[in-house]
Amino acid sequence: MRALVPLIAVIALVLLVFAGVQTANMQFLFGVVIPYAAIAIFIAGFVLRVLKWGSAPVPFRIPTTCGQQKSLPWIKQNKVENPSGTLGVIVRMALEVLVFRSLFRNLKSESRDGGQKVTYGSEKLLWLAGLAFHWSFLIIFVRHFRFFMQDVPSVLKMVEGMDSFLQMGVPLFYMTDAVLLGAVTYLLFRRFYLPQIKYISLAADYFPLFLILGIGISGVLMRYIYKVHIVGVKQLAMGLVTLNPAIPEGGIGVVFYIHLFLICALLAYFPFSKLMHMGGVFLSPTRNLSNNSREKRHINPWNYPVHVHTYEEYENDFRDKMKAAGIPVEKE
Amino acid sequence: MKIYDGGKILLGLIVFVGLAAFPFLYNAGKAAAKPDPKTDTPVIQEMAEKKCVEPKEFMRAGHMQMLNNWRDSVVRDGMRVYVSNTGSRHDMSLQNTCMNCHSNKKKFCDECHNYMAVKPYCWDCHIAPKEKES
Ligand code: HEC
Ligand code: HEC
Ligand code: HEC
Repeated sequence: MRALVPLIAVIALVLLVFAGVQTANMQFLFGVVIPYAAIAIFIAGFVLRVLKWGSAPVPFRIPTTCGQQKSLPWIKQNKVENPSGTLGVIVRMALEVLVFRSLFRNLKSESRDGGQKVTYGSEKLLWLAGLAFHWSFLIIFVRHFRFFMQDVPSVLKMVEGMDSFLQMGVPLFYMTDAVLLGAVTYLLFRRFYLPQIKYISLAADYFPLFLILGIGISGVLMRYIYKVHIVGVKQLAMGLVTLNPAIPEGGIGVVFYIHLFLICALLAYFPFSKLMHMGGVFLSPTRNLSNNSREKRHINPWNYPVHVHTYEEYENDFRDKMKAAGIPVEKE
Repeated sequence: MKIYDGGKILLGLIVFVGLAAFPFLYNAGKAAAKPDPKTDTPVIQEMAEKKCVEPKEFMRAGHMQMLNNWRDSVVRDGMRVYVSNTGSRHDMSLQNTCMNCHSNKKKFCDECHNYMAVKPYCWDCHIAPKEKES
């Protein structure tokens, strides 16, 4: 049920744009107005969400147990897993963002012997699928920039050349297309298949997966099967980014509008969803704070000014009684 | 609203907006040119009805697939004759059919392909028509 509603929602989006373009000829709405609106919502929503996070006080340093914190000189510190300076924090963050370091530590737990014993095992499949998914998504995203630049820089052509290096078929088959679809399918199926994951999965987990799957499938269909007028696609894209939008004459093909509309839906949905982890990862307190709380005193920013009754004051209050009872005191 | 570590947050947001708006910033003030493939070769000019193998709309979107099918059909099955939707017959050949009519590769095929930044590798082996440098 929690998967069904998002699936129906994505199908409804596809039908909506299909009807809008195919029967009602609303190319300008779906090709110009909605993309501009989606980009505006994406950028403004993203900024506001990050500012909202920024307005929450920074918590204390949270040294995690994955490495030795800086301590006495003869105890070896793990400078990356438990950094005490900026450089270490940057390396730790880079490892997190580029290779999902903490997901690599993912474990699975199982109860054995009729619930008598719990065993933990390594579980790298999620990490692998996540990595494959994010990296192929990034490469596909970067490849699309040939639609937004008049003179395509050679770096982009190189990326494209490497991606299509198998030289299979015409138009050339891109490896990342297959990797992306395979990885998203795995990420979706594990939510159906693993009972614990299924139990905690919400509509907000399924919707982005269906949406991204829809974007991937429509893109693949458009490239390899239902051909569209690609020169027209670039004309539309260049018109959008030079703020001179126009629908190219001759039409493009409805698959393109489906692809574009699903991307717009993703962009507009982004700031309100779990996809915000794109910005959020940089704000994770266990990743972006150096663990120097043994060197430096950090004051809790929301401390209420409490009067602290120190030991000195306590002794002043009770010195005579303490002496009478034979308890040692610091000041005579 | 107080922003904690405001400097860092601001820096991050500037990077984000710069990246997200990159296509707009990069193209600011530029005019978008569009490709203009020329179909005015001598062979085409002599034709009574200036038509491609299939309708123009189909060719635009699907010529790469058609070439792929032609190649497979010739090289794998030895079938060399293509019958179009309108019943006209063509020898399935990149060099002898397409490039006979479209002998202006630089002003035709390359015009679109440069615009789209695609570089078909066909010409590693197949011979492009001789053209006057202009
Ligand atoms: C109307 C513009 C246009 C013209 C004219 C044109 N092409 Fe293309 N061609 C394209 C587009 C667009 C693509 C696909 C680009 C993409 O997938 O991004 C393409 C792709 C190809 C590909 C597949 C390349 C690959 O690496 O995927 C081949 C082969 C090809 N064209 C051959 C030709 C030949 C031969 C001619 C001249 C007879 C020609 N084209 C003329 C627009 C054009
Ligand atoms: C008999 C001559 C002839 C042959 C053979 C031929 N073409 Fe064409 N082609 C034309 C003409 C004429 C046009 C312009 C059609 C029009 O304007 O309606 C054209 C148009 C095109 C277009 C669309 C250009 C545009 O402006 O959008 C493409 C792409 C194309 N041809 C590719 C090919 C390819 C690839 C082949 C080989 C499979 C081929 N042609 C074979 C004559 C030919
Ligand atoms: C490795 C070299 C090589 C490359 C690269 C290559 N071809 Fe070929 N192609 C051949 C050979 C060899 C034949 C066989 C010629 C024959 O039997 O007439 C052939 C035949 C063909 C034929 C049918 C016969 C003819 O006269 O054209 C087509 C169509 C064709 N190729 C299209 C393409 C296209 C499109 C590309 C680019 C996507 C391409 N080829 C890339 C080597 C190549």
